[in-house]
This record gives sequence, structure tokens and C-alpha cells, in this order.
Amino acid sequence: MDFTTFLIQILNSLQYGLLLFLVASGLTLVFGIMGIINLAHGSFYMVGAYLAFALTSLTGNLMLSIALGIPLAFVFGALLEWLLFAHLYKRDHLEQVLLTYGLILIFEELRSLAVGDDVHGVDIPALFSASIPLSDTLSYPVYRILISVVCLVLAGALWWLMQRTRLGMMIRAGSHDRDMVQALGIDINLLYRTVFALGVVLAALAGMLAAPISSVYPGMGSSVLIISFVIVVIGGIGSVWGALVAALLIGFADTFGKVLLPDLAGLAVYLVMAVVLLWRPEGIFKKG
Amino acid sequence: MEKQNRKATRVVAVLAGLGLATLMPLAAHAAEKVKVGLMLPYTGTYAALGNAITNGFKQYVAEQGGTLAGREVEYFVVDDESDPAKATENTNKLVKRDEVDVLVGTVHSGVALAMAKVARDTKTLMIIPNAGADELTGPLCAPNVFRTSFTNWQPAYAMGKVAAEKGHKTAVTLTWKYAAGEQAVEGFAKAFEAGGGKVVKQLTLPFPNVEFQALLTEVASLKPDAVYVFFAGGGAAKFVKDYDAAGLKKSIPLYSSGFLTDGTLEAMGGAGEGLLTALHYADGLEIPKDKDFRTKYAMTYKMQPDVYAVQGYDAAQLLKSGLDAVKGGKLDQATMVKAMEAATIDSPRGAFTLSKAHNPVQDIYLRKAEGKDNKLVNVAVKKLADPARGCRM
Repeated sequence: MDFTTFLIQILNSLQYGLLLFLVASGLTLVFGIMGIINLAHGSFYMVGAYLAFALTSLTGNLMLSIALGIPLAFVFGALLEWLLFAHLYKRDHLEQVLLTYGLILIFEELRSLAVGDDVHGVDIPALFSASIPLSDTLSYPVYRILISVVCLVLAGALWWLMQRTRLGMMIRAGSHDRDMVQALGIDINLLYRTVFALGVVLAALAGMLAAPISSVYPGMGSSVLIISFVIVVIGGIGSVWGALVAALLIGFADTFGKVLLPDLAGLAVYLVMAVVLLWRPEGIFKKG
Repeated sequence: MEKQNRKATRVVAVLAGLGLATLMPLAAHAAEKVKVGLMLPYTGTYAALGNAITNGFKQYVAEQGGTLAGREVEYFVVDDESDPAKATENTNKLVKRDEVDVLVGTVHSGVALAMAKVARDTKTLMIIPNAGADELTGPLCAPNVFRTSFTNWQPAYAMGKVAAEKGHKTAVTLTWKYAAGEQAVEGFAKAFEAGGGKVVKQLTLPFPNVEFQALLTEVASLKPDAVYVFFAGGGAAKFVKDYDAAGLKKSIPLYSSGFLTDGTLEAMGGAGEGLLTALHYADGLEIPKDKDFRTKYAMTYKMQPDVYAVQGYDAAQLLKSGLDAVKGGKLDQATMVKAMEAATIDSPRGAFTLSKAHNPVQDIYLRKAEGKDNKLVNVAVKKLADPARGCRM
């Protein structure tokens, strides 16, 4: 592997890892703060991708579709929390798993009814469809740089929101003692609804951004869900910072695993998880 | 005495009448039906393939005046949903409840493997009109299991031979990590290396993952003389587009089994133009049988037939040769199997015979993608038989 190849594979790893971070950050927020095991989180990623496909078919412009899709995803998330998840906070994990697993099946069936089981492609916007040549045969697509930049900005914004704002402080406090926060006059229900919807938006946005590079296909949510849980567990449940580090680690493991150990393609990620958990059974960053 | 006689006569008459009644169906036995169990995907990703196979099968029966070897055909249809988990139950339904004489199916290799197991256990005649898993006519072959399609190995082997003949010295292969892909890659490597080439790296990714970026980067950095891939459906379209977008299509020739470009050229939006693939069928075959088949198919179903329709059509032909051998009598399996083994199928793809392992020995065509068609270039390998490793029969 020469230097340019190595450099591009690093870029590939970063881009994949950052995209996974978007999905995993929402999962770890909901899991770590509200204590809900949400198996349907991958479905939000799928919903995002199909939303991008449907809106792009209508508007012909992915960027416009994403702009329209974000508020739609937020409303969808808030409604879902109000209808279903709000009733789950005090239930035990088994009941949460059952309900959210049921949701996966419902979402898949609805998708099948609405758009069928075909694989769909979404075109990269013309503005970003170019590649930057790095050597005579190697080049790097502009769209992937865009994804990385958007994800990095969002990671920073999320960190700032959680650590530096009053809202973030309330959210963190709520995860420790829900009743106390309520007693202080904060509408904890509204707070949770917002956090949940935010998690949905993050997953859906990841789906929308990924649509042109991963295609839009049935069952796309479940593959990303498994990897997101791996990330949440490696990073430490509830830690946004941990999710970022773990997502990047997985991005590197997957990319270099595919290339260097093709026979173990798909296994590298789980090897990393095993090693990390042997080293730190509660994940790299414990919730705190 | 007279009274007794009359009584006896009456008894005999009644008995005779009864006998006649039981003999009647015997006399009509010549036209006994044949029960065909069609177990194919009619919903989901492979629905179009299941329908094409069914259309092809029924077209042949229609051409024979609605019968096969003079027998009325009764269909029992099951949607297998391409779900291996339901395969055994579905097959058992057809075999035990409907008591079909022959199972015809299916597209998905995993489902076909489960079907073949039931067929072997219950000694039910089976004809596979698509699934390319090498095992079906390899280690798991059986006297009562036939295939009218291909093995994954066959088109890949032919492509490997062509790539070597073009003078390529090194190649990288790329596929999903699943049986069909691995069998195809093995076939390609076998022929390519026999022709003096070398496969320098075999890359895989999990099915049905389509994030090819890291692997394309690796291909670009290895700079092989050629790339062989095995993908189908939406993943195929995505791969070809990405390969083109990465600038590789200009610099490194891409080869594949025909499934890469069959039915996907439109989705590739021009990125597939000029690709060379190998398959046992092609557009523009100068075979009278094919022209006739395509005309009739287009008239009946208002669309163009594809390789799947051909395979369904040939499944019906193969069944007919078995039925011919028992001449309207009881469906004696040994007789039917013998006749089917010896049959020459007058296929739209060109006539073919079956190997000892019951897989077509057929010409594999080299095709070039032009617009929406996979145009015939020439015959890549004549009368190619699968090695059928592990088949003991």
C-alpha cells in the first residue's frame, strides 16, 4: 500500500466512521439519557434514506430534499415519542426491546407497501459529483469530503450543546434524576421529547446523506443498527464523545479490514469490539 | 331354478357394471394429468424472475396445445418469498398435500438447496430453473434432481478464459462474501490462471453491502490488468456506476458473469456501456428457435423475454422428454429420469444436453453491453460442462 492509497483509505475510514457516528450518537443519547433500548433506531436511518429517495424524485435535488427532510424527521420523531416511547421510560428493558422490535417489523412492512422491495439509487448532486485526483489512478470524491465535514460540524455542535448550554445541562441532569429536574420546574416531558426527536433527526440525516453512496434498500436499517450498538457499547453508553471515538475506530477497522484481510470482511469490527471490551468492560468512556 | 338363474344373472350384471365403472377411468388413464408444483418467488426482490420463469414454462405448454406429452398440466403454485426459512415447509406442502409429480423451482440458491433436500428425501422429481449454487449438481446431486439453468462456476470460468486470451496477466476479483460470489470467483480464477494469468487479490464485502469505496481504492492502487466481479441486481448497477465514477472504467477493463448487466443496464445510466460479460444467453442470437421464442413471448406477455424466461421454457421441455418416455402410462421415475438424462433440449439459447450431474452442458456467450441490450460478441466457450466436483451418482 503506497502513501497515496494509505491516505485515501484514511479518508474513507474517517468518512465511514463519521457517518456511523451520526447514527450512533442519537442511539447513545436515547439509550444513555432516557434509558431506552431502541432497536428501531436503525429504522430511522432507513426512513431518512427513503425520505431522501422520495423527496429527490419529487424535487430533483438532494440538498433541497435534506433541507425538507430534517424538519419532517423531527416532527416524526416527536410524534413517535408522544405516541409510544413516552410510555416506555418506566418499563423494563425487555418490554422496550419487544416494542421497538415490533416497530422494526412495522416500518419494514410499511416501506414495502409504500415503495416496494427494489433497490433504489439516489444521484449525487451535480455540484458535488466531481473527484479530486490525487495520483494518476487515484482520486477522492468531493461528496464524501462533504459528508465528513457535515458530520464533523454536527459532532462539534452536539458536544457544545451537551457540555456548554443550559439545555445540555438539563438533559444531563435529567438522566441522573428525572424527578428532581421536574421538581425544579423544568418540563421534563418536553425535554425528553426534544432529545428523542433530535436522535431521530441525526439517524435520518445519516440515512439521507448516505443514500447516494450506499443505495436505498430494504433492511438497510438493521445492518446499521447492529454496528451502532457496537459503537455505543465500545464508546460507553450515553457518552457522545465515546460514540465519536468508537465510530472512528470502527470506521478504520472496517475499511482496513476489508482491504487487508478480505477473507475476514465484516468480522474486523467485532474483533475490535471484543478487544476493547476485554480491556474496558464498560466501554472506553464511562458515562459520567 | 329359473329364479335362481335370474338372480345370478342380475348379480353378474351388477358386478359387471361395477367393473365397468372401475374400468372406465382405467380406459381414460392415457390422459392422466401431470401435477406440476411451481415453487418460485412471486413477491419481493426476485418477483420479476419468478414470473419470467413461470411465463416461459407456460409458453412451452401452450405451444404444445396446452398439454405436455398429451397430458393435461395441473399447476400448484407456491410463492417461496426467497425465504430459506420457509423453504422446507413450502416444499413439503407441495409434495405431501398436493402430491405433485414434479417440483419446479427456484431462483434463490438457499431456498433451492432446501427444496432439493426434500426432493431427495421424498424421491420427488425436481427441475431447477435458475438457482446457480454449484452444490445442487455437485456434492448434493441426486438422480431425481435436474437443472435447466447454469452453475455459478460456468459463466465465470468462460470469462476467465476470455480475460486470459486477451493477454491480461494480473487480475483482482471482487464480490459479496456469499456462496454464489465465491463459486464465481473460483471459476474465473481457474480459467484465468490456466491461461497464464494470476489473480493477485480476492476482495469481498458482506452481502448486500454496496459501499465499494474502500475496495475501489484498493483496486486502483493495485493496478491489475483486469478486474472480475460478481454482482447482480441493484448492487450491480451501483457497482458499475461507482467503478465508472472512480475513473477506473477507462483504465482497467471490468469483466463479469452476465448477471451484472442483465436487466440492470438502464439503472446504470450509461456507465455500463461496452462492458463485457459471459452468460448462457445473449441478445441477438442468430438462432431460429430464439427468434420464434422471443416473438411468441412478446406477443403473449407484452414484454421481452430474458434468460429467466428461457430457463423456465426449457424446464417444461425437459419435463416433456420425461413424460414422452412413459407414453401416457404411469409416471415411472426411473424411465423418466433416463429419458431426461438423454434428452437434447432445443433451447432458445441453443440446443444443449445434460451432464452426468444433470446440469446443462452449454455454450457460454461473450456479450457486450450496448444501450439496453447485451449483444452477442461470440461464443466464449463451446459446450462447457460444470466439473460437478463431489457429485457421486
